[in-house]
Amino acid sequence: MSSYDIVIIGGGPAGLAAAASAKREGIDSILILERDTQLGGILNQCIHNGFGLHTFKEELTGPEYAQRFIDQVEELKIEYKLNTMVMDINSSKEITAMNRTDGLFHIQAKSIVLAMGCRERSRGALNIPGYRPAGIYSAGTAQRLVNIEGYMPGREVVILGSGDIGLIMARRMTLEGAKVKVVAELMPYSGGLKRNIVQCLDDFGIPLKLSHTVIDIRGKERLEGITIAQVDNHGKPIPGTEEDYTCDTLLLSCGLIPENEISRSIGVDMEPVTSGPIVNESLETSVEGVFACGNVLHVHDLVDFVSEEASAAGRNAAAYVKAGGTLGEKSREIPITATCGVRYTVPKKISVNRMADEQIVRFRVGAVYKGCYISAYLNDERIIHRKRQIMAPGEMEEIKLKKEQLSGFDGLENITVKIEEA
Amino acid sequence: MEKRNLTCIGCPMGCLLTVELEGGEVKSVSGYTCKRGDDYARKEVTHPTRIVTSSVYVTGGAIPMVSVKTANDIPKEKIMDIMASIEHVQVKAPIKIGDVIVPNAADTGVDIIATKDIAAV
Amino acid sequence: MYDVVIIGAGVTGSASARELSRYSLNICVIDKEEDVCAGTSKANSAIVHSGIDAAPGTLMAELNVKGNEMMEAWSKELDFAFKRNGSLILCFSEDDRPNLEALFSHAEANGVPGCRIIEKEELHQMEPNVSDEAIAAIYCPTGGIVCPFGMNIAMAENAYTNGVEFRFNTAVRNITKTDKGWKLTTSNGDIFTKVVVNAAGVNADIFHNMVSADKINITPRRGEYCLLDKTAGGIVSNTIFQLPGKYGKGILVTPTVHGNILIGPTANDHDNREATNTTQDGLANVISAASRSVPNVPVRQVITSFSGNRAHEDNHEFIIKELEDAPFFVDAAGIESPGLTSAPAIGVKVAGIVAGLLKPEKNPDFNGTRKGILDPKSLSEEDYAKLIAEKPAYGNIICRCEMITEGEIIDAVTRPLGAKSLDGVKRRTRAGMGRCQAGFCSPRTMEIISRELDMSQLEITKNGGKSNMVVGYTKKSLEEA
Repeated sequence: MSSYDIVIIGGGPAGLAAAASAKREGIDSILILERDTQLGGILNQCIHNGFGLHTFKEELTGPEYAQRFIDQVEELKIEYKLNTMVMDINSSKEITAMNRTDGLFHIQAKSIVLAMGCRERSRGALNIPGYRPAGIYSAGTAQRLVNIEGYMPGREVVILGSGDIGLIMARRMTLEGAKVKVVAELMPYSGGLKRNIVQCLDDFGIPLKLSHTVIDIRGKERLEGITIAQVDNHGKPIPGTEEDYTCDTLLLSCGLIPENEISRSIGVDMEPVTSGPIVNESLETSVEGVFACGNVLHVHDLVDFVSEEASAAGRNAAAYVKAGGTLGEKSREIPITATCGVRYTVPKKISVNRMADEQIVRFRVGAVYKGCYISAYLNDERIIHRKRQIMAPGEMEEIKLKKEQLSGFDGLENITVKIEEA
Repeated sequence: MEKRNLTCIGCPMGCLLTVELEGGEVKSVSGYTCKRGDDYARKEVTHPTRIVTSSVYVTGGAIPMVSVKTANDIPKEKIMDIMASIEHVQVKAPIKIGDVIVPNAADTGVDIIATKDIAAV
Repeated sequence: MYDVVIIGAGVTGSASARELSRYSLNICVIDKEEDVCAGTSKANSAIVHSGIDAAPGTLMAELNVKGNEMMEAWSKELDFAFKRNGSLILCFSEDDRPNLEALFSHAEANGVPGCRIIEKEELHQMEPNVSDEAIAAIYCPTGGIVCPFGMNIAMAENAYTNGVEFRFNTAVRNITKTDKGWKLTTSNGDIFTKVVVNAAGVNADIFHNMVSADKINITPRRGEYCLLDKTAGGIVSNTIFQLPGKYGKGILVTPTVHGNILIGPTANDHDNREATNTTQDGLANVISAASRSVPNVPVRQVITSFSGNRAHEDNHEFIIKELEDAPFFVDAAGIESPGLTSAPAIGVKVAGIVAGLLKPEKNPDFNGTRKGILDPKSLSEEDYAKLIAEKPAYGNIICRCEMITEGEIIDAVTRPLGAKSLDGVKRRTRAGMGRCQAGFCSPRTMEIISRELDMSQLEITKNGGKSNMVVGYTKKSLEEA
């Protein structure tokens, strides 16, 4: 069985950044396992621009952003295997993987970085009633067909869900000659970025119907039409608000789900809110030496933050390996409580003596908040109180905790992050 | 005095901007948190521009389409002209990021360039 | 001129075809869809019923118990997934106990072995997740679960390799008597045959009534289901029924042979035989009724929902016989639940009737064994490695959720009576049946179908007809190429 210091599961933006940073920390024995035919992950099909403003201070397209990191991995001579599926990882960090050339093989890792990304919520998971004809695609599947393979999934399109991929696909389908009739969004706000609403819908006069959902799907062979209806505060359709649309295509952009089947096989503890692993300040899961980053940990809004988080995970994995399989002495872990509008935090707990001088805590809010404050408390003492003009569930928020402040706080029992009105 | 409300697209903040115009001239911009918002608002109400991205047919590579973009912003009203300019384009691998696919697309003075490396296979 | 034409390539038609292929006969199975197993056979509970429900003395009861007995041998001969997991019929109140006991008395009358009434304590030992409100249950150890696609496809493939012809996209418009037999006017030309076997499921009454004065009536009875992710697997190990009501066996909660949990069906009579849509109310009923049996059934893990039409005949009985006023026209009609269970026995019975009419020779080349698509996950690691070395396509995972390899998809597409559509591949391999519901794998499966069958991706359908997956190219340059 071959062995590596660090094995990175996934060669998308998270895996690439983790690998590069681990290598720069002096770890030579690194292997990236990627299931697709190329490195770069989903960025390869995200051909629109808007990536990298934070990281590179310029606007790149997805493939360009990916290439910057692929170039780093190549320059750093980091080993990778493409077309390789990880079948299983056990709690002793033994990986079973498979590809056409090596067959079924095993790798022993000292440390593992989980960077598998996420998948889209399917029609089935949404449990939309009606027929099951051709023409219903997740937005990402349509994106692949259009951008990489050059096929039109259809000509008359309705989009359910105003997540970023859905918005981007509204524009892509329009530019390629399709008629996008409407974007329906279950929630009273869009889950997508503002710029995408402006540039992908408003620019082309595509209506966005908030608090609406699809309640019927017609067409036995190919999709023929759908019905949307307004929903009440509980998301239930309101009788009398039904509107029929003729269309041959329904694209679904209704949320992303971290792909943690492998994480479960390792046995890491999961956070139900994010559907990702629970991690500590080092982005380490409940299984020592197994780290997680990117969309497998929690769904991000911007790839820049994925890269940043993954670099930290790679650094920590390197530190773990260099110290002979430990992150150093663990002080008592302080839990971070997410409450009052804060849905979760990553990390979920902090061991103060292991934390960086400045610890980024990322989270999302559960509703739209205008003119409110992000607050953080050490026990009962408020240490952060920052006004935000607007916060929305579609965008990630963050606070920075200072080690100095935490270690100087006597009797620290818990940290609380919440939204406050004043 | 004409008032226009915009959402800044400079970054994910999505600042809500208010522009006051008089006779087509920008009198004031408010609501931004950084200079990009001010710049965006002034530009968006006078000469809005966009980057256009798409993909074009490529032969001799592992995939049939290579992604492309306009190397710079083009006037917003030219978006569909840009799309028309690549409708019949066919290129051959190898392609490198930055290769010019269509020079001076739709007479905008802006090139359409590749955004993906496509190796010849 | 065929000796036998079987209308319908569902389980009934395919089982009949397989049993008839034991004889030297010129047989053709026709179906209006593009593949076998495209109607009710693909959308049901996937249960091998013990036979306790059927009214004693009925043909339904007889063939159910027989079919159940035959299932194990057929699953081995024909290589499809079957498991005798046992079934439990829950009783929720003492008031219902007399009904439970009445049903239990069927066991002996129908010849269902091993049944017994178990009390609350034992019930909860067997199934800790079953509702606390269940006070007793009938335990039927012979109850089982089967892969309905696997079974249907296996029977059809075996019939095909034993010489039975299959014609798809062939809808019967009319049936008339000729001097020598029957003429079937179809969407795909006229077909002549000595014997017709009417295995047309929910449409069987239409064909019956074309040739007989003794009319029958079949009502489509919609059954809606939700399928739960494999992560929900294990919540029950037996198939959990509730005491039956007017419209059948009620909503069940069952494991599937592939490790998912299936809940359903509703029972809703309607008038559109082709309506396989789910409804808001139906899905809500499925979830609430399933929660009554298993309160913590994780309904948030639904990965898909579907609906099928049971062929409910007015007398709720199988009609399997040569028609008195239409000689050489054999009905296999009114095949609703337990039709899947009974299929092997129905096949034998239909073949017996037809053989009695045509007095055929035995088919000397008949081979009743069929090998299914190789599931590499079933191999030892050593054998798996060997397989990949020989056929690298088995090292290439296409469907990530179900871990289905390119090798299996190639097999599904290129084998006898192979898949031509995405749904065809899905039913043969499970590619696309997992939690992402084909989001990742459908473009890649389309590539494989396109390559192996040498057809443009523009022609590839989800399930035949006009169900094309893509409608054109993004750029004129691609059309021009």
